[in-house]
Amino acid sequence: MDFFLQLLVNGISLGLLYALSALGFVMIFKSSSVLNLAHGELLAIGAFLFLVFSTWARLPIILAFGLTLVGTFALGFVVERLFLRPLIGENLIEVIMMTLGLGIMFRGLLLFIFGGDIHSYPDFLPKSLTIQWGAVQIPSVNVATFIIGILFLVIFGFFFKYSSQGIYMRSVADNQPAALSLGVHVRRVFALSWAIAFIVAAMSGIVLGIINGINVHELSAIGLKVFPVVILGGLDSIGGAILGGIIIGLIETFTGGYFSTALKEIIPYIVLIFILMVKPYGLFGLVEIERV
Amino acid sequence: MESCAFQLQVVAVFILISTEFLTMENNIKLLVNNISVVYSDVIQVLKGVSLIIRAGQIVSLLGSNGAGKTTTLRAISGLLKPENGKVTEGSVEYDGKPIQNSSPEEITRKGIIQVLEGRQEFKYLTVEENLRVGTATRWGKPFKEDLELVYRYFPALQARRKSLAGYCSGGELQMLVIGRALMAHPELLLLDEPSLGLAPLLVKEIFQIIRRINQEQGTTLMVVEQNANMALQIAHYGYVMENGKVVMESTADELRENPDIKEFYLGTAASGALKSYKDVKSYKRRKRWL
Ligand SMILES: Nc1ncnc2c1ncn2[C@@H]1O[C@H](COP(=O)(O)OP(=O)(O)OP(=O)(O)O)[C@@H](O)[C@H]1O
Ligand SMILES: [Mg+2]
Repeated sequence: MDFFLQLLVNGISLGLLYALSALGFVMIFKSSSVLNLAHGELLAIGAFLFLVFSTWARLPIILAFGLTLVGTFALGFVVERLFLRPLIGENLIEVIMMTLGLGIMFRGLLLFIFGGDIHSYPDFLPKSLTIQWGAVQIPSVNVATFIIGILFLVIFGFFFKYSSQGIYMRSVADNQPAALSLGVHVRRVFALSWAIAFIVAAMSGIVLGIINGINVHELSAIGLKVFPVVILGGLDSIGGAILGGIIIGLIETFTGGYFSTALKEIIPYIVLIFILMVKPYGLFGLVEIERV
Repeated sequence: MESCAFQLQVVAVFILISTEFLTMENNIKLLVNNISVVYSDVIQVLKGVSLIIRAGQIVSLLGSNGAGKTTTLRAISGLLKPENGKVTEGSVEYDGKPIQNSSPEEITRKGIIQVLEGRQEFKYLTVEENLRVGTATRWGKPFKEDLELVYRYFPALQARRKSLAGYCSGGELQMLVIGRALMAHPELLLLDEPSLGLAPLLVKEIFQIIRRINQEQGTTLMVVEQNANMALQIAHYGYVMENGKVVMESTADELRENPDIKEFYLGTAASGALKSYKDVKSYKRRKRWL
């Protein structure tokens, strides 16, 4: 029973990370229909940027964290401006190929700068974060994951639901010609969705870096788990991405706990294939509203 | 004392004359000057269209399917670009400044808002969120008062404000898209077939509200319509398009009395029975309609 609870806690916290990273992916897809194949590398970029600020520059953790936020946000704008904007209006497949190319380029750059070794952050999480609950112990890193995951999901949830800019972003995803006719700055919305994708991917990248260490290949591979997550949750649904993330996190952790760690790595993809065959629009995809 | 009064009189008369003169010259809100529009670099749709919209007026644009009415509106609002269309000749001047081929972001911020054909709501946004998108031209603020204004014109929307637009009726949606455009504080509002597919009673209500918006908000309007009867009732001036050209223009009263318009758009021919389409068409050809 204790083992079960432990796995449950681990699964949910891992799932929150997946959810966070999937949120960024879904943002881009919803606003511009682009499948971002560079998503895995976004996690890695975030994790390494934090490494630079925290370990290399030895800045206080909070400051390093804040700078990473600002840095990845700005980077999102720059990447959109330089590489994606010139392709607006081109075939979607060309844009998707561009993201593939970007991913490979990012990975190469990170390898060039940081090498292929595993780096790690200084141990900065206070021990007091650890929660002991009977025989169940929730390590500080899981507590931190919970806090970051829920904090950012709530912040972005409110942003999309209530802020004007969030509503404009959803309007572009919903009906782009109508949004244009009301003067919504569609290109700005695309840029903002890239910036947000960079930020949330960075957040999950940092936490995964704390858990597993920071390695270009590993983080990129974990980032690709966004595919099972969004396929499960429905590509165009933010709520679905969150649920999908938690479900994949749980499945993965329980498989690892009760069956084998080898199976753990591939189980999300087995789920992906299964879902695609049974319910191609995802379990929680938007219910299509049709007029008759 | 007397001379002072006389001077005042002279000044007053002078002011009167000059304002008369000025408004005659300057009340042109929008000038469409001989424009040609081409889609995808090859499909020419407008061939030398000219229009004038005077400030504070309602101008209606009539014409059969495919005449180029929507294209004309797009040429004004900048929404040709996303359709891969372009104004290749002529100019569109708004408040005296050329705006042809500007981006929709720029043009909406000058105060021209087009309400698209076919009620393009945001399905997955609530009614109130739909309305809030109308504030995009001014970074979203403020919007509370504008919401109240829209709900005053369209009380039906207030009752539905929390429900998804995708589940609203056609009539509610038409109110929604007009209300959404009002949120943007338009100076010139372009409405594309607001009566499409609505019950006659509702059409009447919508047109009354359009007239009220014109009178109370001072909004200049251009209304594209198939329902010529309704459109000419509220309009001051009207244009008729065929095949990418303006074939007739006149005050709304004159258009209502025009035998061709009666025949073709109002369905109230003087002779009683409607002539066949072919007759009408050849008759019109004689009168350089086609
Ligand atoms: N994006 C486009 N690309 C190519 N041709 C177009 C495009 N949009 C419209 N057309 C063509 O331009 C012509 C005029 O279309 P437009 O939509 O302006 O007519 P309309 O007067 O609004 O007709 P309706 O009353 O049916 O709405 C039509 O022949 C149409 O096929
Ligand atoms: Mg049309």
